[in-house]
Amino acid sequence: MKFNFVSNRKFSYAFSLILILAGILSLIFSGLNLGIDFAGGTVFHLNLGSGFTLNEVEAVTGAVPELKGAALQLVQGRDLQGRISTEGVVIKSAYLEEGRRSAILASFRDSWPELGPEDLRVESVGGVISGELARQSLTALVVAIAGMIVYITIRFEFRFALAAIIALLHDIFIIIAIFSILRIEVNVPFIAAILTIFGYSVNDTIVIFDRIRENIVRKKRDEYAELVDVSIKQSLVRTLNTSLTTFTVLLALLVGFYYFIGSFDLIAFVVALLIGVVVGTYSSIFIAAPLWLDLTGLQRRRARRPA
Amino acid sequence: MGKERQKRRSRLLLFVIICLLLAGSAYLVFQIALGTDVGRKMLAWTGKEDLGIKRGLDIAGGLYVLLEAVETGDEEVDADAIERTVAVIRMRVDELGVAEPVILPQGDNRIRIELPDIDDPEKAREIIGRTARLSFVDPEGTEVITGANLRRAQAMRDPGEPEPFVSLELDKEGSENFARATGQFLGQKIYILLDGEIISDPVVSAVITDGHARITGRYTFEEAAELALLLRSGSLPVELIELESRLVGPTLGRQTMNVSIYAAAAGLAAALLYMLFFYRFAGLVSGVSLLFYLTLVLGSLTLLPTTLTLPGIAGLILSIGMAVDANVLIFERIKDELRSGRTVHRAIENGFQRAFRTILDSNVTTIIATVVLFALASGPVRGFAVTLFIGIVCSMFTAITLTRSLMRLAFRAGLMRSSRFVGVKAG
Repeated sequence: MKFNFVSNRKFSYAFSLILILAGILSLIFSGLNLGIDFAGGTVFHLNLGSGFTLNEVEAVTGAVPELKGAALQLVQGRDLQGRISTEGVVIKSAYLEEGRRSAILASFRDSWPELGPEDLRVESVGGVISGELARQSLTALVVAIAGMIVYITIRFEFRFALAAIIALLHDIFIIIAIFSILRIEVNVPFIAAILTIFGYSVNDTIVIFDRIRENIVRKKRDEYAELVDVSIKQSLVRTLNTSLTTFTVLLALLVGFYYFIGSFDLIAFVVALLIGVVVGTYSSIFIAAPLWLDLTGLQRRRARRPA
Repeated sequence: MGKERQKRRSRLLLFVIICLLLAGSAYLVFQIALGTDVGRKMLAWTGKEDLGIKRGLDIAGGLYVLLEAVETGDEEVDADAIERTVAVIRMRVDELGVAEPVILPQGDNRIRIELPDIDDPEKAREIIGRTARLSFVDPEGTEVITGANLRRAQAMRDPGEPEPFVSLELDKEGSENFARATGQFLGQKIYILLDGEIISDPVVSAVITDGHARITGRYTFEEAAELALLLRSGSLPVELIELESRLVGPTLGRQTMNVSIYAAAAGLAAALLYMLFFYRFAGLVSGVSLLFYLTLVLGSLTLLPTTLTLPGIAGLILSIGMAVDANVLIFERIKDELRSGRTVHRAIENGFQRAFRTILDSNVTTIIATVVLFALASGPVRGFAVTLFIGIVCSMFTAITLTRSLMRLAFRAGLMRSSRFVGVKAG
């Protein structure tokens, strides 16, 4: 293979920096679209049967003061033949008390008497819990990063750990940035996806580092650039094969959720995993391994400088 | 020479038999885990009908509520108040006939309620939220006292007397009303109702004027204690506010579950085809061990006290990717070895040995993530951590044991004599 991963690293660094910059701008100006898990609120998902219009739904929600201006979304479920089997609506509002929720369901039943208890989903998260969930999630992220650093440092050395963690943070940040730019809703499953990507991304990086560690024995310092390039190429087939199979499986899940169920939270979860697999693969090849080379070079220059 | 061929043939037979056995066990476990008719029939034979994967609220439908007790003035929120509240909620939920209700105190002042697999979560939510109402009603149906008049209710036993009883203490207003009622209806029944349901109907045996009454009957001490608890609960001292409530109708969850299963099957089929295309015979071997991997995972989920949630299914599907990864790592190593001129036998042995360290290192990092998730998260995400953890452990196990044994056996059966078995051109 002619392409040299190491000598072209300026481009990949620049590409990642542009993505990160775009992410920072998006986070500053539009932030994250927090769902009820982190922002609190109430969500109704009602399967109203076939042949209703958004106008009819608005006629009901318009009469409820708390639901004025609430976001409405139509959801269609399909059976395995691809025929539309359920049609429903998702309504999001600020947190509503149990009494108010029952009253709203009752007013929907005035228009749709056949709306049974099995055809609905009503989730409500108060401010206390959404705060706790947010804190819990942040703690989980910090603890997981610490755990990874310790493990990689023990198994490899600190420079490998540093490069792997930078690549990992890069992946996480890009997922968050894409979610911010596309305004996809963030709920607790998103955190689970992020933590899974933690494992996945570091996994990918480690496979390449493992090659470097193996090849390093026979090399001198000035051959390191070559060494990294060779190591990347040696593990390239594996990296691509694994990522492609994982990607395929996740894609099947995404198509299933999108086409057959219509919408909602789980799609965001799968999308986060999909982005993570792509970015994780990219970063282990184009960021983590070259970064290890640069970190090693940096240390050498420092050591050479007379005191 | 003939002996060698015979040996090979018997190994080939063994290889085929093992593959068939694995496929058969996969079939059986899938049937049981997915709860199909065949699976249920098999469980009925063995007399273990209740075996199966426990499905979380988001799949089976149901209700999750987190409540917090707040003080209302006279009484503080303590362990006793929470215990009484839990008792009332449990009694109400029992009325609904929920199979496995979870009603537990959480922390100092919270109560967590999980009611999976119920048909009408809406009704359940409504009756949990009802304020408990205790009343003593005379035979004419007039309310004599309410829970608010009850100061104390306790199971007691007098020294010398064998029968335990429930001792009641009423406030001033209650005492006056009770004195009047017991005077009027001496020898008749007083009905004690909690939320409209009769929990006791003692006969008035004396006029009670001082507000200190006893309910006697043929109680065991436990029964008396339970009645006392219900009476105390009727005068619920704490107000409950809802922190979180998630109500899922069974239809919606089932729909998502079905889609997930088909997606998993499609994804698995794609992965198998891919492996077959890329690694030829070795791909076939990995296909067999992938099937066994799924068998192990579903089996573990069936036997362990875990709950399968929707994120959990996604975790499971993701772990298929991880399981494929372990096999890919091994086969790539074997290819390397073959390319550098090793014999097929050495290449297989070295390939497994060299890939092992990589598989271990790369999986431990994901395991760290799942452990953190398990420790810090709750609900469906916790279910995700458990399934992903089980998935990773099973995938590592099958890759380094089953794939290896099958490859060795296939080699000795003469199935992989040329390096083409793993997709490397002979040369």
